[in-house]
Amino acid sequence: MWKWLHPYANPEVSYHFTGKLIPWFSKLTFVLLTIGIIWALLFVPADYQQGNSFRIFYLHVPAAMLSMGIYVGMAIAALSSLVWQIKLADASAAAMAPVGAVMTAIALFTGAAWGRPTWGTWWIWDARLTSELILLFLYLGVIALHNAFEDKTLAGKAAGILSLVGVVNIPIIKYSVEWWNTLHQGSTVSKLGAPSMSSEMYWPFLVCLLGFVCFISWVICIRFRNEVLARNAMRPWVRDYVKNVEVR
Amino acid sequence: MQFSSLADFIAMGGHGFYVWLSYGVSAALLLGLVITSISNNKRIIKQIQQRQQREQKLKQAALNQQVMQQEQSLQEADS
Repeated sequence: MWKWLHPYANPEVSYHFTGKLIPWFSKLTFVLLTIGIIWALLFVPADYQQGNSFRIFYLHVPAAMLSMGIYVGMAIAALSSLVWQIKLADASAAAMAPVGAVMTAIALFTGAAWGRPTWGTWWIWDARLTSELILLFLYLGVIALHNAFEDKTLAGKAAGILSLVGVVNIPIIKYSVEWWNTLHQGSTVSKLGAPSMSSEMYWPFLVCLLGFVCFISWVICIRFRNEVLARNAMRPWVRDYVKNVEVR
Repeated sequence: MQFSSLADFIAMGGHGFYVWLSYGVSAALLLGLVITSISNNKRIIKQIQQRQQREQKLKQAALNQQVMQQEQSLQEADS
């Protein structure tokens, strides 16, 4: 049943496959984010309590959701690399870490800029904000470990163990707003099927979220290909491939 | 459209600074990530190409030396 997956464990096949996906993801990103952001900035009504600062929501929430989503993806890749020694899983985990780190940084930064007019402070050491900051440090640690060893298999192992240990932080972030008293508001959109916001605010959010998903898929594909090339530099298929590539 | 004028749009009802700061920094981070990822790709391909050229040169040099040695030994045999 899952045999169709087998060829994609071959670096050459997945290199060319992700290469075909890249133009689609880049186009979709451009279209969806343009629509979503114009919608969010110009046409969404201002929040009755938060006014126009509510428009930050359309960057903050997609980035925050994906910062956790990418981490889970990276941890699954790390697990399959540690258990089944799939080299491509290592490459994809290394590709995801910097993208997740940027998503976390965006979530933290837009959160601070939204908190200032809404709560009256840029930062507070409460559960949600602190656990998200720890997520950023976990990402930075994983990136550092991937780059700390000349031997990429060893680097993948070390980084993989750190990412698996760090998974404990994900439910802490997710449920921090329920477990502890915090300034951060409860979840608005992740309640399945029943978002607690009006549809004219919800639809542009979905467009922005989808745009962000396409963006991270695009960049992860680019970075995955970089990792595959660097790790297979001595293989015949890479040698043949780079002969025919013009680099400006 | 929620705003009646451009000035209104930029002011964002007094929250303009925070909204534009968020959108500006996020755009810069996203763009920076894409640009570094693409330039990494070019750098890696260039590195592999350069290594190949170096190997080619070394191979050629070794070949030249072999030919020279052969010629030399031939000359010595002649004389």
